[in-house]
Amino acid sequence: MEINFTHHQSAHCENGVVSNLMKFNGFDVSEPMVFGIGSGLLFCYLPFIKVNHAPAFTYRSMPGFIFNRFAKRVGVKIKREKFRNPKQAKARLDENLERNNPVGLQVGVYNLVYFPDEYRFHFNAHNLVVYGKENGNYLISDPVMETVTTLTESELEKVRFAKGALAPKGHMYYPIDFPKELQLEKAIVKGIKNTCKDMLAPVPLVGVKGIKLVAKKIRKWPKNKGAKVANHYLGQIVRMQEEIGTGGGGFRYIFAAFLQEASVVLKNEELLSMSKEMTEIGDLWRDFALDASRIYKKRSTKSDGYNDIATQLEIIANKEEVFFKKLKKAV
Amino acid sequence: MKKSDVPQDKSNLKSSGFKELCYAVDDKGEYTTEKSSGWEPKTIALDNAMKDINERVIIAKEKVLRNQTSPIEYYMELTKMDLPILASYVGMWKCRVKRHFNPKRFDKLSNKVLQKYADVFEINIAQLKDINHGN
Repeated sequence: MEINFTHHQSAHCENGVVSNLMKFNGFDVSEPMVFGIGSGLLFCYLPFIKVNHAPAFTYRSMPGFIFNRFAKRVGVKIKREKFRNPKQAKARLDENLERNNPVGLQVGVYNLVYFPDEYRFHFNAHNLVVYGKENGNYLISDPVMETVTTLTESELEKVRFAKGALAPKGHMYYPIDFPKELQLEKAIVKGIKNTCKDMLAPVPLVGVKGIKLVAKKIRKWPKNKGAKVANHYLGQIVRMQEEIGTGGGGFRYIFAAFLQEASVVLKNEELLSMSKEMTEIGDLWRDFALDASRIYKKRSTKSDGYNDIATQLEIIANKEEVFFKKLKKAV
Repeated sequence: MKKSDVPQDKSNLKSSGFKELCYAVDDKGEYTTEKSSGWEPKTIALDNAMKDINERVIIAKEKVLRNQTSPIEYYMELTKMDLPILASYVGMWKCRVKRHFNPKRFDKLSNKVLQKYADVFEINIAQLKDINHGN
């Protein structure tokens, strides 16, 4: 049985699932719109969480937050279910498919067989849509993939019950109640205000302050951690920033695309020029990644290189600080 | 980033035949999407991460052969896990799993416990006990 569901490739999995499920239900909402209204943009440095033996950096808000905020702000109700028992999880999934209801699932990446090996880490906050079942195989629409694919029952169970940090526990979700018409204006303003608040938060690890702190740390890495670890950490930053799903430049380009769309909806010219500014900031992030890669390509130990890219990050942080203060006033 | 500047470098993505989506600006200054086959700075970062993992696996293997650790640590590295993740998969406390890294304790483990590890690593007990088995 197959539900008439259209797969659209997106940059990021969570926005993509939401955007695709909304489109299925007759609401044309783009990926940047979901990302912006859900206040997906962030920077956060998490030194106490180790991913792959290096501190975690994130350029987006917590998994699940984007959909929750988006739903709340546009007035969509979501049903979420988690399971202890894999059999029950499968039964509930099958029930929904019987009712012609495609659902979003949170899954672990490590056992996703259709991913290239290099991307199969123990990361548990990936999202995909199941839109049918054929010959015992589940039909999968993974938003970051170009086309749809399938998973066997046991493969799907494995990824739904992956273990470790952020274990999905069979997490399944789908929208159940929609407003008659989507009112985007207020939702957009709320989304933007929330992002500004996060990026300008007076917390050392978050937003602009977080970027500045990381810049400071980078200067110290070659001396304190040694060349090997410093290179590894730097690679981690670039991987998190340019990981599949960011759309490039640590989500900055998706956010700029959102501002452009928002300027049309709100008839606000200033947002259009802010969008251009954000694109330029995104370019700076790309330059930073490029220069950082030159250091770890050579596995160089010279602290000059580290100082240079730290300075680049500080420039970015200052620009983003000015940017978000201005954006706050623009809406 | 301009649409024409979206990098189309060689990467491991390309060999698996899939492209990722990037956001970029077209000639009129409007946002659009473009598929990218990869970007070198990212590929290098990924390659380095893979190298680090492989190094960890080799070191773990040597340690097992020198009887300094048990095969559990080797298989943990081989499956890209770390202690918290492995503990979560086998459903034991971290300190207990860590104790099982001790070769002497490992030799005394019951088949029931060994089976738990073997299931997580998707191998059989014979393979778990001998890291060269079937490799």
